[in-house]
Amino acid sequence: MHELSIALSMIEMANEEVVRRGGGRVTALHLKLGPLSGVVREALEFSYEIACQDTALEGSRLIIEDVPVMVHCARCRQDTVVESIQSLRCVRCGELSSEVVQGRDLEVVALEIEEVEELVT
Amino acid sequence: MSGRPRMVKVRQNVLKHNDLLARMLRGRFEEAGVLVISLVSTPGAGKTALLERTLTRMRADGLRVAALVGDLATENDARRLARSEAPVKQIVTGTICHLDAEMVQHALDDWSLADLDILFIENVGNLVCPSSYDLGERLRLVLMSVTEGEDKPLKYPTIFNTADVCVITKMDLADAVEFDLYAARENVQAIRPGMRTIELSVKSGEGMESYFDFLCDLCVSPRPSALKASVNAETAEIRRGAAE
Repeated sequence: MHELSIALSMIEMANEEVVRRGGGRVTALHLKLGPLSGVVREALEFSYEIACQDTALEGSRLIIEDVPVMVHCARCRQDTVVESIQSLRCVRCGELSSEVVQGRDLEVVALEIEEVEELVT
Repeated sequence: MSGRPRMVKVRQNVLKHNDLLARMLRGRFEEAGVLVISLVSTPGAGKTALLERTLTRMRADGLRVAALVGDLATENDARRLARSEAPVKQIVTGTICHLDAEMVQHALDDWSLADLDILFIENVGNLVCPSSYDLGERLRLVLMSVTEGEDKPLKYPTIFNTADVCVITKMDLADAVEFDLYAARENVQAIRPGMRTIELSVKSGEGMESYFDFLCDLCVSPRPSALKASVNAETAEIRRGAAE
């Protein structure tokens, strides 16, 4: 299980962004995740919550966009979403394809940052 | 007091740090003219046995070989591999279940790459986590032993999809465990179309010569593009075999 170190990297990335913008609190992190990334969604969600503790991301939501696996078919000259990652075939003609064009994704796409203003009394 | 949350676009690969480091390593390996091959498998599939035999044989053939070997604990594998008299270094990962590019970089600190022809990197026995980490290798071998069953590629599609060659080990036990080689090859093709499979047994020596020939060809070929050449013929042969 390496999802905890993946979660820590995500948080480090988000923190850098927060510092670059002069502070704030992250309320949500949007992630693109492909089945061929080698990362298990449930394990990542579990790790994320723990890893966020005592950081600018504490209590933030992890919003995961599942990215389907897509292969390029040389015969049809088309990219198609495969029916199963156990069988990398073009859904049009059934030909096996070694050219994976999408599905290895593990990318932080956006953050929702709440700017913390100083309390004026 | 807090303001409204603002959506900020980031678009960053989470493994960017590892990927950059791996790319840098790959550049160093190419510059030094060293062929880097990594091995991944479950614990007990025979990585260390295959590697020990490989190092011994290649040294005898006059090639300058070395190995890095990753394990959670113990230096047992490094001791086994050192019997080949090739330079070997253990990377003890502690609780970490995979090698990453940074560990490889540190392990190479005091080695001169220019003095090597082939460097092998034996990953931690694990078919899940190592799939996410590029180590800068030119070729990744995934091993599966006949005792694990033909459906290993279907159960662990991600690691098989990142590999370049599948080595089926312990072929001397194939009959005893009723291993269906045809089904295994079909499963490999479904997950990683075009990937070459090599069947061998370190114990009986079966298939070892063609495996060594394959490695030697790689040493002289600039790119692993030749890998797929023999696959079509091989697949056709399997189909014919199944039809009979």
